[in-house]
Amino acid sequence: MNSTVFAPWDDPQAKPLIQFKNVTKRFGGFTAIDNLSLDIFEREFFALLGPSGCGKTTMMRMLAGFEQPSEGTILLSGQDIAPVPPNKRAVNMMFQSYALFPHLNVWDNIAFGLRRDNMPKHDLEDRVEEMLRLTRLEKFARRKPHQISGGQRQRVALARSLAKAPKLLLLDEPLGALDKKLRQDTQFELMDIQEKTGTTFVIVTHDQEEAMTVASRVAVMDQGKLMQVATPDRIYENPNSVYVADFIGDVNIIQGRATSTGEDTYRIDWAEGQPPLTATSANHFSDGQTCHLAIRPEKVTISAERPADAVNAVQGKVHDIAYLGNLSTYYVELSNGIIIKAQTANTRRISRRSFTWEDPVWLSWTATAAVLLAD
Amino acid sequence: MRRAVLIAIPYVWLLALFLVPFFIVLKISLSDIALAIPPYTPTLDLSQGWAGIKEFFSQLDFENFVWLTEDDLYWKAYLSSVKIALIATALTLLVGYPIAYGMARAPEEWRPTLMMLVILPFWTSFLIRVYAWMGILSNEGYLNQFLLWTGIISTPLTILNTQTAVYIGIVYTYLPFMILPIYAALDRLDGSLIEAAEDLGCSRTQAFWLVTIPLSRPGIIAGCFLVMIPVIGEFVIPSLLGGSGTLMIGKVLWEEFFSNRDWPVASAVAVILLLILVIPIVLFQRNQQKQAEAEQ
Amino acid sequence: MNRLSWFNTVSLTLGFAFLYIPMVILIIFSFNESKLVTVWAGFSTKWYGELMQNQAFLDAAWVTVRVAVFSSTLATILGTMAAYVMVRGGRFFGRTLFSGMIYAPLVMPEVITGLSLLLLFIGIGLDRGILTIVLAHTTFSMCYVSVVVSSRLVTFDRSLEEAALDLGCSPAQAFRLVTLPIIAPAVISGWLLAFTLSLDDLVIASFTSGPSATTLPIKIFSAVRLGVSPEINALSTIMIAVVTVGVITASLVSKRAMVRQRQEEQAAARTE
Repeated sequence: MNSTVFAPWDDPQAKPLIQFKNVTKRFGGFTAIDNLSLDIFEREFFALLGPSGCGKTTMMRMLAGFEQPSEGTILLSGQDIAPVPPNKRAVNMMFQSYALFPHLNVWDNIAFGLRRDNMPKHDLEDRVEEMLRLTRLEKFARRKPHQISGGQRQRVALARSLAKAPKLLLLDEPLGALDKKLRQDTQFELMDIQEKTGTTFVIVTHDQEEAMTVASRVAVMDQGKLMQVATPDRIYENPNSVYVADFIGDVNIIQGRATSTGEDTYRIDWAEGQPPLTATSANHFSDGQTCHLAIRPEKVTISAERPADAVNAVQGKVHDIAYLGNLSTYYVELSNGIIIKAQTANTRRISRRSFTWEDPVWLSWTATAAVLLAD
Repeated sequence: MRRAVLIAIPYVWLLALFLVPFFIVLKISLSDIALAIPPYTPTLDLSQGWAGIKEFFSQLDFENFVWLTEDDLYWKAYLSSVKIALIATALTLLVGYPIAYGMARAPEEWRPTLMMLVILPFWTSFLIRVYAWMGILSNEGYLNQFLLWTGIISTPLTILNTQTAVYIGIVYTYLPFMILPIYAALDRLDGSLIEAAEDLGCSRTQAFWLVTIPLSRPGIIAGCFLVMIPVIGEFVIPSLLGGSGTLMIGKVLWEEFFSNRDWPVASAVAVILLLILVIPIVLFQRNQQKQAEAEQ
Repeated sequence: MNRLSWFNTVSLTLGFAFLYIPMVILIIFSFNESKLVTVWAGFSTKWYGELMQNQAFLDAAWVTVRVAVFSSTLATILGTMAAYVMVRGGRFFGRTLFSGMIYAPLVMPEVITGLSLLLLFIGIGLDRGILTIVLAHTTFSMCYVSVVVSSRLVTFDRSLEEAALDLGCSPAQAFRLVTLPIIAPAVISGWLLAFTLSLDDLVIASFTSGPSATTLPIKIFSAVRLGVSPEINALSTIMIAVVTVGVITASLVSKRAMVRQRQEEQAAARTE
C-alpha cells in the first residue's frame, strides 16, 4: 500500500543509511550534542533545523569527519565511521561559504575530487561535463569563481560535491548567501537534482520555510537534543512540544488546566471570567494538569458577531493589524489583556477592510483546530 | 607524526640559533678575558668528566658585571641610550602622527599610493638612508649651504656629530615604523564616530582628542614600541651621525668587541641591554596580543 | 572642513618632503663631476664608471647577493612552516616559547643577535664565512616571513582546506594544492622582505662574517666612516633605483590585479 509513498521511516524492515547511536559531543565543558540517536534513510532529503548554536552544524561536521563524537557511534551503511578520515569517506559536503578554490576555474573545481581518485582522463571529462549540464553551468566552465554570480557559485559548489557520486551529501546552509527570490528558485532546483541523482541529502538550515519546502523529514533541534523528527506537515500540524510549535511558524499559545470531558476531549480552564475552551487530543491529560493550547493564527476565524455554532469563541478588540499583502494578521486583545493572533487571506483586491483598530470582534475555532501540549 | 616533524623543524632551528646563543652570551659574560683563542676562559672541557664541569662552574663569576657598575662609562651609556630612545620616540610620534592622520583622511584612491610612498624607504637600505644625512648635515653640507644662501645664518651650524644629528637620523629612519601602525588604526576608524561626536556637541578639536586619539591608541602604542625598542640598541646612527659625545650602548658593545676585543665585557653589556629591553618587549607583545584578540 | 584639509595637505607635503628630499639629493649628487660631493661641478656619470672598476665592491656585491638568495629562500621555507604551526598547529608543548622566539627577533637589537650568533659559531667551531652569514640571516628573517605569512593564514578561509580534505586530499595534498597556491602572494612578499633584510644588514653580517666574505653593507660602512664620497652616492643610487623599480612594479601589478578582479566580480554580479 505504501509502494507509491516514499516513507522508509515507517517501514520497520528498512535499513537506515546513517545511524547516530547515543552520540555525545563535548567541546571542553560545553556539550554540543547530548546523547542523541537518529536514523536517516537512503534517498531521503533530511533537514536539520534549529537556531544557531543548537548543534546542527556539529552533527554535519561529525558526518563529514571534521569532528569526532566524544561518546557513541555513527554508522554509515552499518559501518562505524569514526576511524575513517574525511578524505576517505564516501560523504561529500557543500560548504556554507561554498569554499570554491579561488585559483581554479569552474571546470577544475568540479574535477578536483575526481582527480584525487585517479579517475581515467576520459571518464573524468565525461563526469565533469555531466555535472556542468546538471547544474546548467556549461557556459561558465572556464571562469574563475570570482567571475561568476552568487547563484552560479552555489551551483558550482553543488556540482563539485556531487561529482564524486557520494552516498551522502551534506549541505551546510546551502542557500544562506542567496537573496530571497533566488533562494526560492534554487530550493526547487535542489529538490529536482536530489531526485535525479537519488543521493541522500542532509541539509542544515536555520530557515524553517526552507526546511519545510525541501525536506522529506525535518529534525528540529535545540541545545544538542532532537525536539521532534517528522515530515514537514506533521511538524507543523502536530508539534509535540511548545518549543516546536513556537519555533515553526506563527502560533498562539494559551496556558490552562485540562479536564477530561469525554474520549480524547478536554475542557480547558484558562482565565478568570473567560468561558472554558474545548479541544481534542490523542495524548492523555489527567484532570487539573497544566497544559498549553497551540492554535495557528490562520485557524482562528475573526467575525463581528459570535458565530452561532462555534465550540470555542472569545471576545476582544482589535489591537493592531499587520497587512502582509496576501494576508492580514489581526492582533486581538482580550479583556484580560491576552493577545491572540488571527489571520485572514486577502482574497479580493482592494476590498474594504472589515475591521479596524478598536473594533470589538469575536474569535472562534473548532475543537480540532488546536493542539493540546503538555509542558 | 607528520605534524610533529612540521613543528620540530622551525622549533629546533630557533632553539639552536636563537635561544642557545643567548645562553652562550650569558656564560661568556661570567667568564674572564684571556689572551687565547677564543679570548676568554674558562672553556668547558667535557673530556675531564664531572670534575671538568665543576671546575668550569667554579671559575664563573660576576666580575664583569661588577666592572660595569664601577666604570661610569657603562652607566652613562645605558642611561643615555634610554634617554635618546625616549626623546626620539616622542619626536617620531610628533612627526609621524600628522602624516598618518593626513593619509587616513586623504581621498580613498590616493591611499594605496601614499602607503607605498611610506613603505618604499623601508625597503631601501637603512645604511644608505643614514648616509644620506651625512652630506646634508655636515659643516659644508647642503643644509648649511642653503641657510647661508638665504641669509638666515652667517656662520655654518655644527649639526653632524652632535646629538641633534642622531635625533634627526632616528626620526628619519624609523618614521615608517611609527606611521604604519597608526595609519592602520586610523584607517579602521569609522568616520561616523567623529560625526556622532560632533552631532553630540563636540567641536572638531574636541572630537579629535576625545574620539580619534583614544581609538588610535593601539596604533600609537605599537608604533612607539617599534621605534623605541630597536633604537635603544641602535648602532649605525650614533656611529655615523653622532660624535664622541653621543654615548649609546650599541656603539659601546661594538667597540668593546671589535676594538678592545674584550668578549666577556661585551657579553655582559649585551646581557644588561637585554634585561633593560625585556620590559618593553613584554609590554609590546601584550599590546599586540590584546589587539589580535580584539580583532578576532 | 577647509582648515582641516589645509592642515592635512601641509602635513602630508612636509612629511613626504622630509622622507624623500635626502634621497633625491643623494641621487642628484651621484651625477656630480667634482670629487667634493657638496659642490656641484657639472653633470657626469664618471663615478658609476669608477664603481664598475672597483673589484672590491663588485666582489662584495656578489657575496651579498648569494647570501641574500640562499638565506631568503631558507627563511621562506622555515618561516612558512613556523607560520603554519602557529596558526594551524593547535596546542603543543612549548607553544608560548615558540611564539616568543618568533616575535623576539623582530625587536631584538642587532648587536645582540650578531654577538650571540658569533659566539655560537665560535663555540661549535664553525669557520666564519658565507655559510655563517646565511645561517644568521635565515634565523632573523624567517621571523619576518612567518609574521607576514601568518597574517595571511589567519584570514584564510579554513573551509577551503576542509573542502580539499572532503574531496579526497590527504592533509599534505590539501596544503600543496589549495593552501599554498592561495597564500602564494604572502609567501612571495615574505621572500622579498627576507631578501631585502639580508641585502641591507650591516650589524649581524659584521659579527658573523669572516675575512673571506665581506658583504656590501660592510664595505659601504667602512667607506662612509671616512666621510661622504661620490662613489658611494653612485652605489646608493643604483640600490635605490633597483628597490624603487621593484616596489613600484609590485604595487602596480597587485593594484591592476585587484582592479580587474573587482571589475569581473561586478560584471558577474550583474548577470544574476
